[in-house]
Amino acid sequence: MPEKKCDVVVIGSGPAGLAAAIAAKERGAEDVLIIERGEELGGILIQCIHTGFGLEIFQEDLTGPEYAQRFIDRVEGLGVETMLGTMVLDITPARRLYAIQWGRLLEIEARAIVLAMGCRERSRGALAIPGTRPAGIYTAGTAQRFIEIEGYMPGERFAILGSGDIGMIMARRLVFEGARVERMVEVLPYVGGLVRNYVQCLVDYDIPLQLQHTVIDVKGRDRVEAVVSAQVDDNFQPIPGSEETIPCDTLLLSVGLIPENELSKKAGVELDPLTGGPYVDETMQTNVPGIFAAGNVVHVYDLADWVTEAGYLAGRHAGEYAIHQRRGSERKLRVIAGDNVHHVLPHVLDPLSLERGPQELQLRVQWPVEAPVWVNVEANGKLVKRKTERYVRPSEMIRIKLPPEDHGKIVGAKELSVRVEEKS
Amino acid sequence: MYLWKTDVVIIGGGSVGCAIARELSRFQLKSVLVEKNEDVCALTGKANSAIIHTGFDAPVGSLEAKLVVAARRMYDQLAQELDFPYQVVGALLVAVTKEQWQLLPELQRKALRNGVFDVHLLGRERVLAIEPELSDQVYGGLAIPRESIVSPYEMAIAMAENAIANGVKFFLGTRVTGIETTGGTVQAVSTTRGKIKTSWVINAAGMYCDEVAQMVGECDFTITPRRGEFFIMDKEAPYKLRHIILPVPTRISKGILISPTVSGNLLVGPTAEDIEDKSDTRVTVAGLAQVMTGAQKLLPALSSAHTITQYAGLRPVRHPEGYTVEASRQNRGYIGISGVRSTGVTSAPAVAAYVRDLAEEVGLKLIPRSNFNPLRRQLKPFASMTYQERAAAIKVDPHWGHVVCRCEHVTEAEVLRAIHSPLGARSLDAIKRRTRAGMGRCQGGFCGVRIPFILARELGIPVEAVTKKGPGSEILVGPIRGEMMR
Repeated sequence: MPEKKCDVVVIGSGPAGLAAAIAAKERGAEDVLIIERGEELGGILIQCIHTGFGLEIFQEDLTGPEYAQRFIDRVEGLGVETMLGTMVLDITPARRLYAIQWGRLLEIEARAIVLAMGCRERSRGALAIPGTRPAGIYTAGTAQRFIEIEGYMPGERFAILGSGDIGMIMARRLVFEGARVERMVEVLPYVGGLVRNYVQCLVDYDIPLQLQHTVIDVKGRDRVEAVVSAQVDDNFQPIPGSEETIPCDTLLLSVGLIPENELSKKAGVELDPLTGGPYVDETMQTNVPGIFAAGNVVHVYDLADWVTEAGYLAGRHAGEYAIHQRRGSERKLRVIAGDNVHHVLPHVLDPLSLERGPQELQLRVQWPVEAPVWVNVEANGKLVKRKTERYVRPSEMIRIKLPPEDHGKIVGAKELSVRVEEKS
Repeated sequence: MYLWKTDVVIIGGGSVGCAIARELSRFQLKSVLVEKNEDVCALTGKANSAIIHTGFDAPVGSLEAKLVVAARRMYDQLAQELDFPYQVVGALLVAVTKEQWQLLPELQRKALRNGVFDVHLLGRERVLAIEPELSDQVYGGLAIPRESIVSPYEMAIAMAENAIANGVKFFLGTRVTGIETTGGTVQAVSTTRGKIKTSWVINAAGMYCDEVAQMVGECDFTITPRRGEFFIMDKEAPYKLRHIILPVPTRISKGILISPTVSGNLLVGPTAEDIEDKSDTRVTVAGLAQVMTGAQKLLPALSSAHTITQYAGLRPVRHPEGYTVEASRQNRGYIGISGVRSTGVTSAPAVAAYVRDLAEEVGLKLIPRSNFNPLRRQLKPFASMTYQERAAAIKVDPHWGHVVCRCEHVTEAEVLRAIHSPLGARSLDAIKRRTRAGMGRCQGGFCGVRIPFILARELGIPVEAVTKKGPGSEILVGPIRGEMMR
C-alpha cells in the first residue's frame, strides 16, 4: 500500500525540478512533491558559485545559489512539499515510486511525474584514456564539488581535457585558488562550451587552450605525475611526433554530459539514442502517459535559464495531467532532423498546440558552419519558418519559435523537418 | 625487541597467501600474513579474467594441472562457506576458422587427460543456438560446462576475513626486508614495521617471489611480468552473453576472451605483453585496440562505445616455467612458492592444501583446532535486496537508507561495514572492492566525493590523508584558501 499519494511528484530539485514544481502548483495541482537526493534544494546550482545565471529570466547576473534561491523561495511560498536526502530507486509505468531516505523506505503514488534528474559527466573510463590509474583524475564537476561544497583542493597543478563549460569555469576557479592550470586540450577543432566562458575564463586568465589535441597517456603510479598530449588529425587520431609531456598532479575532465536516465528506463520510458534522453512531445510528456521530463535529463542545455523554461513547460502540463488524468492529443506530427541537424526537440508535436500558443523547436547542429546559415523548418517540403544565424556550432543550441499564425501551414502535414543550409 | 612472535609468517596477501592463511587457521598454530600493499589482493589477484578454470587445457601431468583440477572441485563448498560471488556459467571455446576447428579434438583429448571429462564438441548450429550474438564465422566449439566466474578480490578478502576470524594476524602496508636464519634454520622475518620472530616462512609473494627467495639465497629462477589489458563493458551494452567465450588458445596465451562477470557486466581481454617493470599496470592505445579487434572476431557487435572502464593486470611468468612449491633443505622452515601464473586465482585453495601437506611432511606440527569456524558471511548488498528486506534493514540501521553510490546502489551501511570489518578498508579502492561503490557507469563521479569524507570520519583522520590506494595516492591536497584563513 502506498504510504503517500500525490498529484505531481518531481524528481530532482535543480533548475528543471524547481520550475516544474512551481508550474504544476500554479496550474492547480494540489499535492506537489519534490524529491531530492542531496541535503539541500537546488541540485548542481548549489556548487555553481560563479555568475552567469538569470540573465534571460531575471535580466540579472546571479550566482548559481542566488538563482536557485529565487525558485526555492517560490517553492516554499507555494507550499510545495519537499523531501531531502531521499533517493528514488524505482518507478513503475503506473507511476508508483519507491524511494529511500535516512531510516525509511517510501512508496508513493503519483498522478503525474516530472523526471528532472539532470545529467552526469562522462568519465575517463567512457573515453578509454590510456595510461596508469593513479589518484588525481577527476571530472570538472567532481573538482567543483570538492572545492565549493567541501572546501578542499583536489590538486595544485592541473591539465584539463575537454573544453566544456564546467571545465572552463573550473580552470578560472583553480587560478583564483592559487593553483596552476598548465593547459586545456580539446580534441575538436572548436571550443566545447560557450564563447562567453571561453573569453571570461580562459582568455582573461591566460590559460592556454589547444584545439585538436587530446591526452594520449597518463603517467604516475600513485598520483598523477604528468599527462602526455598530442595533436590529432581529422579522424581524431594522434599525430606521431606531436606528443608533449605536461607535468601536473591532476587531470580534470570536461568531456561531455550525459542525461541521467537510469530511473526513466525503469518506468518504461523510451530513450532517443541521439540525445540520451526520453522521446518527448511538445508538452514534454514521454511515451509513458503521465510521465514528463524536463531539462538536462531530456537533452543537455547551454544555460540554466533555458532549463528553467523547460521545467515550467513540463510542470504546467504535468499539473494539467494530474488534474484531468487525460492524455494529450493523439494528433502527432513527427519532427525530423534534416541536413546538419544532430537532433531536434520535441520529437513529436500536436499541430493544434499552436492554437494555444507559440511552440519552440530546440536543435543542435552536427558540424560547425562559421558563416551565415538559414535554419529552415519545412512541412511536406514547404518552408514554414526560416531563421538566420550568423554561424552555427554544435556547442550552441538553436531555438526557433513557431508562432500561432503558422498553424495553417502545418495542419495536414505528416511531418516537420528542420535543416540547416548555408546562405548562398 | 620483536614486533610480533609467531609460528608461521606468510609473505604476500594475494589469492595464494590469503588461501594459505585460511588453511593454516584450521590448526593450533600462530600465523601472521605480511602484505606490502594497503589491502589484500591489490595486485595480480585483483586484475585478471575472474575465471575459475577447470584445468582442461593445463599442461598435462604438471603440478599446475593437478592443482587447478583439484581446486576446481573445492569451489562449490568454498563459495558456500565463505559467501563470495561465484557462478558456474560454463564456457564455450569457439573456433572461427577451419584451422582452429581442426584443433578442437586435440583440445578435447587434452581435457580428458587432465581429468576434465565433461568437455564436448559442438557444431556451428549448436554454438549459435546457445549464443546467438556470436560471429557467423563460427565453425563450432567446445563446451566446458564447469568453467566458472568469480569475484577474485572478494574471494581473497573472504579468505582473509575468515583467517582473521580464526586467529591469523594480518600486517598490511608492511614490506618484508629480510629473512633471518641461523644454523640453517629460519629465525625471523624483518619488515618495514619491525622484526617478526618465527620458525616458518612461506613465500607467497607472487610477482615478487624471486626477490623474497633471494633473501634466503635460494633463487634459481626469475619472475617477469606479462601484462594483460582488459575492458569492462556497461551492464546495458546492447549484447548479452551467458557463457564465457574463449578463443582457441595459442602457444603463448589463452587469447582474448569475453566473459560475463558476477556483477552483470562483460569483461573483455587480455593482451599478453612481456614487460620489465613489475608495477607497470597501465593500459595502452595499442593494447586496447588489440583487445577490441580480437574480441570482435568472436562477438562482432562489441564496441568500445559501451565500455565503462579499462584495466591491466600482470601475470608472473617464471623462468624456467612451471608451478614450483618446495620446502628448503638449506634453510629449515622456508617454503617457496613460485611460477603460480594466471591460473593462480583458481588454484589458490589447492596450492594452500599442498603447502599444508608439504609443511607437515617437513616437520610443522598440525593439530586441528576444535573451534575452527569455516563460515564467513557477507552482508547482502542493498542492490540485491527485495523491498521487504530493504525495509527491514533500514529499520534496524538507518544507514541503509543513505545511498552513497548512485550507479550500484551502495548504501552507507555497506561502506561502514567495509571500514569496520576485521580486514577494514582503508582506501577508496579497498571500499570499492568490498562494496562495488565506484564500479558503475559513472566510475566514482558521485561516490568519489562522498566516501573520502566517510573514511576520514570513521578512521578519525583528516580527509587529506585519505587515499585511493595507499600512501602517495592522496585524493585531496588541502583546504582551499578561504578555509585556511578561517
